[in-house]
Parts: sequence; structure tokens; C-alpha cells
Amino acid sequence: MLINDGIITLEELKKALPPEERYGKGPVAIIECLQDIPCDPCVSACPVKAIKMKEGITDRPILDFDKCTGCGLCIPKCPGLAIFVVQKNIAPGKASISMSHELLPIPLKDQMVTLLDRAGKTVGEGKVLRVINPPAYDKTAVVTVEVPEEKVMDVRAIRVNAGGQP
Amino acid sequence: MSRNTEVFVIGGGPAGLSAAIVAAELGAQTLLVDDSAKLGGQLIKQTHRFFGSSNRDAGIRGISIADKLCEDVKNLKDRLCVLENTAAVGFYSNNEAGILSQNAYERVSYQRAIVCTGATENSLAFENNDLPGVYGAGGVQTLMNVHGIRPGQKILMIGSGNIGLIVSYQLIQAGVDVVGLVEGLPTIGGYLVHASKIRRLGVPIYTSHTILSALGETQVEGATLCQVDDRFRPIPNTEFDVECDCICLAVGLTPLIDLFQQAKCRMVHIGELGGLVPLHDSSMKTTNPEIFVAGDASGIEEATTAILGGRIAGARAYESLYGSNDKVEQIVAEAKEELKTLRSGSTGERIRWGRERVLQEVGAC
Ligand SMILES: Cc1cc2nc3c(=O)[nH]c(=O)nc-3n(C[C@H](O)[C@H](O)[C@H](O)COP(=O)(O)OP(=O)(O)OC[C@H]3O[C@@H](n4cnc5c(N)ncnc54)[C@H](O)[C@@H]3O)c2cc1C
Ligand code: SF4
Ligand code: SF4
Repeated sequence: MLINDGIITLEELKKALPPEERYGKGPVAIIECLQDIPCDPCVSACPVKAIKMKEGITDRPILDFDKCTGCGLCIPKCPGLAIFVVQKNIAPGKASISMSHELLPIPLKDQMVTLLDRAGKTVGEGKVLRVINPPAYDKTAVVTVEVPEEKVMDVRAIRVNAGGQP
Repeated sequence: MSRNTEVFVIGGGPAGLSAAIVAAELGAQTLLVDDSAKLGGQLIKQTHRFFGSSNRDAGIRGISIADKLCEDVKNLKDRLCVLENTAAVGFYSNNEAGILSQNAYERVSYQRAIVCTGATENSLAFENNDLPGVYGAGGVQTLMNVHGIRPGQKILMIGSGNIGLIVSYQLIQAGVDVVGLVEGLPTIGGYLVHASKIRRLGVPIYTSHTILSALGETQVEGATLCQVDDRFRPIPNTEFDVECDCICLAVGLTPLIDLFQQAKCRMVHIGELGGLVPLHDSSMKTTNPEIFVAGDASGIEEATTAILGGRIAGARAYESLYGSNDKVEQIVAEAKEELKTLRSGSTGERIRWGRERVLQEVGAC
């Protein structure tokens, strides 16, 4: 359970997931922020206003999956590093996931990295598809990795073993 | 030597900086002292992005918020004098205070003082807690984020409040192995997004556990942990050892209040706010009408709320000298509105409760 060990179970995550058919329409954000905390940078980060809070800043964010374009601009603005963008079926059996990465080294495009789940367990290896790290992101890189489609709901962090940008 | 000022602000964290900026902006001659080498208080150690409201700097790193406030201070240098490395050491009668810098002691006569001294860290009793290698979380942050020194290679964190969770994350960023995080309660105290962040990097979170002892002869070499029951009593035969060279305590903060007691402000003990705090009204005025308070010294909370409380205190201190005007009322109204929103919701419940008690007690006296 999230409140006891910091690991969100898939049951707990259900209320933050898009309906299955949404994945057919392209990348979509998944906001793994399930607690009512006084925080809201995600709301103003979204250019299409897809993130809303019902009662204001202390509510949890609710994503309008139809409005979300999967652009990923909200990812680096979230101090909880709780926003991921998932794109299924980028190739047969492959999906991609984008996430914030604030550890050195920053990986390079096409580099193989270790894929970690919500408990920090290794679930495999994946290729880095994209690294976005402009000054506007203020040292939070957004890394997109390729993962086996059946693992896309498990992978939530990466470990860069060697090389990368210093 | 002695100095004269209208408004005297003690402490250059987010609360004191904001109070001084507002008082000087409104037109009061203001003196700000801080006992450290660099203004910013806790903020200069905060390399993480802040949570909070995006119209008050959330999503920005703590250190950048400090830079912004210091920039405002510089722009006000005509009316706002800043002394770093200078501690306020006491209040005397006749609106005088003593300040001590590295090589001089001076007296300050002031008309209003705003005390924003922040907080001190709590310790924890366990066997061998005096071994070298046992640190407070603030000390670890200062070493790591101000001086660029790793406190150890393998660290055990005690306490799952936001400080324990965030400092663990910063340690991982500095290349330190965080071997575990221990929490006596059955649930994580801080924000769960911060907990998930360290969990997915492999840090085990031991809720319903405590530390029994630090291991080692001359320095920390490990720790013995065990499970606790719902009344924090160790459960026999659940002990196990973890290897580490550093133990970091993040078990809460207590408001730093000596100066209020000297100034004869009435104090009240409110657990939700971290212990003894000076009684104060919604203008942040204490029971000594010349002394105001803001920030963690008025109750442990957050930087965003410290800034807002500081703005109210700065505006009200000015008002008590020069009378009100539209700008004062606007600053106070805006800050109050933002505070209300920030303290709403379930995570703000304890603070709301504590704050209401302070106001009730003030009303009663
Ligand atoms: C790890 C960590 C993470 C945090 N994360 C967040 C976050 O994400 N969002 C958020 O909003 N808040 C966060 N906070 C909380 C926030 O930093 C504090 O609530 C805030 O700094 C309190 O401000 P303050 O001005 O009251 O006190 P402080 O920042 O503690 O400043 C007090 C200053 O007064 C000085 N001082 C004390 N006594 C004297 C004296 N006698 N004479 C002269 N100077 C004196 C001190 O040296 C210090 O500089 C975090 C805190 C920590 C430790
Ligand atoms: S991915 Fe883009 S469109 Fe979707 S919520 Fe985030 S910022 Fe908005
Ligand atoms: S910015 Fe992140 S942590 Fe803050 S409310 Fe939005 S999703 Fe949650």
C-alpha cells in the first residue's frame, strides 16, 4: 500500500489511469499523485488545461484524458516527479514511457539503461529514445525509454550504469 | 556602538526576508540581521523543487526562491540595511536589543521587532546516539548542499516526514547509498509523492519500526532496528541489523523561541505547531505589542506560508507605526487569502487546528 511503503498498487492507481481505448489515440499522461496535498504546478504547466483540481490547490490533480495531448510539458514541473507519459504500441510489443530524471549521469539517446519498477526492482533493460534537458527545465531532464508493452505499467525509473552525459 | 531602526527583523529565512522587504517597501527604515554567512535560512539548502502554490514559487527550487528574495532586498538598500554573520542575542527593556557580529557587540534601538528565527532540530534517544556519524537532517543538508561534502557513503534515515523523504532523495542525488528509512508510525508522514520517489530508486521504507541502537566503537558502523507495536513498544525478537556509516535524524523541528521569552511574550504549547510558540493574533503580533513573529518560529510549517506570514507581519508592523493605507490592506488581504487556500484540505488539518488554538488563546487573554 502506498501509505505504508511508498509503492502504489495497481488497484490504487486505477483512478488515475485512462480508459484502455485512450491509448489507441496516442501518448497520454498518467499522474501518480493520489493524495490531497497543497501543490499545483502541474495545473499551470499544461498548455491545453487538461489538469484540474476540483476544490483548488489542496485537491489531487484530475486529468482530462481526452484533452491531454501527451506533450509531456507537465512532467518536469512536478516537484513530486509523479507525472509520466505513456505511449503504447510504438512498435509491435513495444511501448514508451517518459519521466523526470534528476540523477547523474543523464543518459544519451540510444543508450541501454536498467528499467526499475515502483519498488526499485530491476525489470529489464530498455533503450533511451529521447532526452529533453533544456535550460527551461532547470536541471530536470525528461527521459523517454522503450519498454516491453506488458511492462509499461511497472517501469517508473531508470538506472544509468555507465557513460551518459556527465 | 549603537544603531537605530524603525523595524528590526531577526532572521533572514523566507519569513524574515519577506517581512523586511514589505516593511521597507512600505517605507519603514528596516534592519535585518541573520547569524549565518548567507541570507536565505533553510532555503539555501533546498535544491529540490518546492511543492506549494505556483503563484508563490512552487515548482521552483528552494535556492532559487532565496535568490529572488535576496534580489528584492538589494533593490531596497536605501531603506533596508542587512547584517550577515550577526546574531540577535537578547532583548532589553526600552526597546533595545543586543546584536553580536564576529568582532563586535552592538545595541539596536528599534520601534518594532519582527522575530523570524526559524526552528531547531529534534533529537532522538537511542543507545549510542552520541557516536560520530549520527547527524541531524539539517546538518547533513548543510554539509552536502552548501559545502559539497558527502556525510558518508551509506546512510540510514530516521523519520518519514517531508524532511526525511526529501533529504533522502538529495542524498541519492549526491551519490550516497540510502540503506533505508525508518518510521515509528504505521504510515508515511510526509507527502506520498516524495516517498514514491525514493522507493522507486530502491530505498526500503520501514514503517512501524524504530532504531534501538547505533553500532560501532568509535564511529557508526551500523544500526539495530526492530518492529514496534501501535504504542511504539519494541516487539521482541524482531531485531535486525543494517550496515551504514551514517545515521540521519529527521524527527521533527521545534520553534526557536528564546528571544520571545526574553521579550516577555506569552507562550503557549501547541503540539501541532511543534511545541512552545509565542501567542500571536492574526496580525502576527505577540502579546508584547512591539514584537511580531513569522515563519517556523510561530509554528512549524512551510516556506510558502513563512513568506506569507512574513508579509503580514511586515505590513502590520509598518501600520502600527504609520497607520494603515490601501497598500497595507492589500498586502494583508492577499496573504490571508493565499494562506487560507494553502491550509485547506486534509493535509492542512493539523496546522489549521493548531492555528485556531493560538487565536482562541489570544482571544482569551
Ligand atoms: C529538507 C527540507 C525540505 C523542505 N521543503 C519544503 C518545500 O518543498 N516547500 C516548502 O514550502 N517548504 C519546505 N521546507 C520548509 C521551509 O524550508 C521552512 O518552513 C522555512 O524555511 C521556514 O522559514 P523561516 O524564515 O521561518 O525560518 P528559517 O528558514 O529557518 O530561517 C531562520 C533564519 O534565522 C536565523 N536566526 C536564528 N536565530 C537567530 C538569531 N538569534 N539572530 C540572527 N539570526 C538568527 C537562522 O540562521 C536562519 O537563517 C523544507 C524544509 C526542509 C528542512
Ligand atoms: S502531457 Fe501535455 S497535454 Fe497532457 S497533461 Fe501534461 S502538459 Fe497537459
Ligand atoms: S505538481 Fe506533481 S506533486 Fe504537485 S499536485 Fe501536480 S502532480 Fe501532484
